[in-house]
Amino acid sequence: MTEEFLRIENLVKTFNGNTVVKGVDLSFNKGEFITLLGPSGCGKTTILRMVAGFERPTSGTILVEGKDISPLPPNQRKIGMVFQAYALFPNMNVEDNVGFGLKIAGVGKEETRARVEEMLRLIGLPGFGKRFPFEMSGGQQQRVALARAVAPKPRMLLLDEPLSALDAKIRVSLRQEIRAIQRELGITTMFVTHDQEEALSISDRIVVMSAGRVEQFGTPFEVYNKPTTKFVAGFVGTLNTLTAKVADAATKTVTIDGQRATVPALPASAKTGDVVNLTMRPEAVSLANGHARDIVLEGTVAAVNFLGSVIRLKVNLGQGTAIELDTFNDQRLPPPRHDEKVQVTLSGSDILVLGD
Amino acid sequence: MKHAKLWSWIIFGLGAAYFLVPLLATVQFSLSIRRDTLSLDAYTNVLQAPAFQNTFGYSLIVGVATIIVGLLIVVPAAYFVRLRAPQLRPIIEFVTLLPLIIPPIILVFGYIRMYNSSSPLPLTNSVVGTNILLTLAYVALALPYMYRAVDTGLRTIDVQTLTEAANILGANTFTILMRVIFPNIIVAVLSGAFLTLAIVIGEFTIASLLNRPAFGVYMQNVGANRAYEPAALAVISFVITWGAMGMIQLLARFAPRTAARTD
Repeated sequence: MTEEFLRIENLVKTFNGNTVVKGVDLSFNKGEFITLLGPSGCGKTTILRMVAGFERPTSGTILVEGKDISPLPPNQRKIGMVFQAYALFPNMNVEDNVGFGLKIAGVGKEETRARVEEMLRLIGLPGFGKRFPFEMSGGQQQRVALARAVAPKPRMLLLDEPLSALDAKIRVSLRQEIRAIQRELGITTMFVTHDQEEALSISDRIVVMSAGRVEQFGTPFEVYNKPTTKFVAGFVGTLNTLTAKVADAATKTVTIDGQRATVPALPASAKTGDVVNLTMRPEAVSLANGHARDIVLEGTVAAVNFLGSVIRLKVNLGQGTAIELDTFNDQRLPPPRHDEKVQVTLSGSDILVLGD
Repeated sequence: MKHAKLWSWIIFGLGAAYFLVPLLATVQFSLSIRRDTLSLDAYTNVLQAPAFQNTFGYSLIVGVATIIVGLLIVVPAAYFVRLRAPQLRPIIEFVTLLPLIIPPIILVFGYIRMYNSSSPLPLTNSVVGTNILLTLAYVALALPYMYRAVDTGLRTIDVQTLTEAANILGANTFTILMRVIFPNIIVAVLSGAFLTLAIVIGEFTIASLLNRPAFGVYMQNVGANRAYEPAALAVISFVITWGAMGMIQLLARFAPRTAARTD
């Protein structure tokens, strides 16, 4: 049974007349890994900072285990936090950094030492206790920052873009480590990022935000496969948008740059003569190669991007309409060449019907 | 290319001579108290004089008091300006520069008018009161150096993130200042402290007009009545100042290093 841990009700934050968080309602369960995902300036970090206590909400409440934490200063909220810039104390070695919160809480020397050792083992850095931050790599420093945040056994963990300052390779390995540690400790975690791949790979649920509002709140599977708004579909993953004219609403026939196609997913409200947008993921589209599905369109290959296991093709369907599609790299079958005539196909069920 | 290098050395030599020749002349003169031979007699006379020991000791104590009071004012002020009111920085910087604009003679006359025996706070009525007034005057005098040194130290660390990191771990403002901020700007703080000490040790105007037995006043008295001892005193004063500057350089090596690595 899931137990509600954090509830955010009608949260609003205004800076000098500029409202950056516009009435956000959210509810997180205990032990969940929730990611706030969105472009810069969407209000995700502001929400995290209000939960931490560094910003005061203009209105609304933040309830942790049913109690309003808004009046509490950050040092009384029992929340751990990891910052983008590591924020390790340069004058202290790893041991003192990790033990800082315990010392403040008045934990005994022996207990602190044991807990610090336990934390260093957890982050895979045993024996690093006497090192200073400047002697460690960025990835190691961020792991120490994570250990420092969880050492005092906080009731919640906040991660403010902790991977943004790291190299791409370290970022991937560290995000897996963070997730493994979070699972081991069972700590409710709020993670802020603008990287959709990061969000999709480690979250239990994702809050997609835009312009201070929640666009969608769901599992990575739901957010990616069933985006509810055009913004979510465009921000999370790549999206094709084809402009089509309804040729016959009764038979659900449309024309795309002069080519006729039947679209079973055409909204019932569409009338003959209407212009509609059809959206789909690149992986929903494939080269026909004799395996035609509901919709078949002809075009010319405009770009071939070899991405390793996947090849992304851009196919021009006519005057100004292009579609991107992903095809697996098959060693026996070389990809089409630039300017080659091809047929692309997709199922009607793969067309996403999106709200604004 | 070779010519340019030669000119660089010539200019460097001229600059060095401009500073070193008077200094060497002073040293040579301070050693010439005996006819036809060099001796340290002038130094012995100075160092053995009870007045030297008393005034130097007095200035040292006032210097240390100035540093403590100055730090208690400047460190929290610079910290809060950086953290909470960065828009006030230009105003604060202007205020800290005022002691450089207002001559000490004006400053001390102002103090005497403000705190004389007929004022509501008659600090000049007692020795302790005057000592306090002198210390506060020196705090004001050293403010441009102290504030700049501390502010430069704060610029080398991410004050806001470190504060937030310590705060969310349970630390209050006092603990953050004492255990996180202060140790990370200690070298800058000590630089400010040594600069303050160098200023206090040589200061004459304020100490003289407040009638306090400071080292600067003693140097002036000796200079007016003796020949070789003032030169010895000047050299000693120079050594103290240079020693303080050397300490700043030495301490810079022990500054906590921040790291912003991405690997």
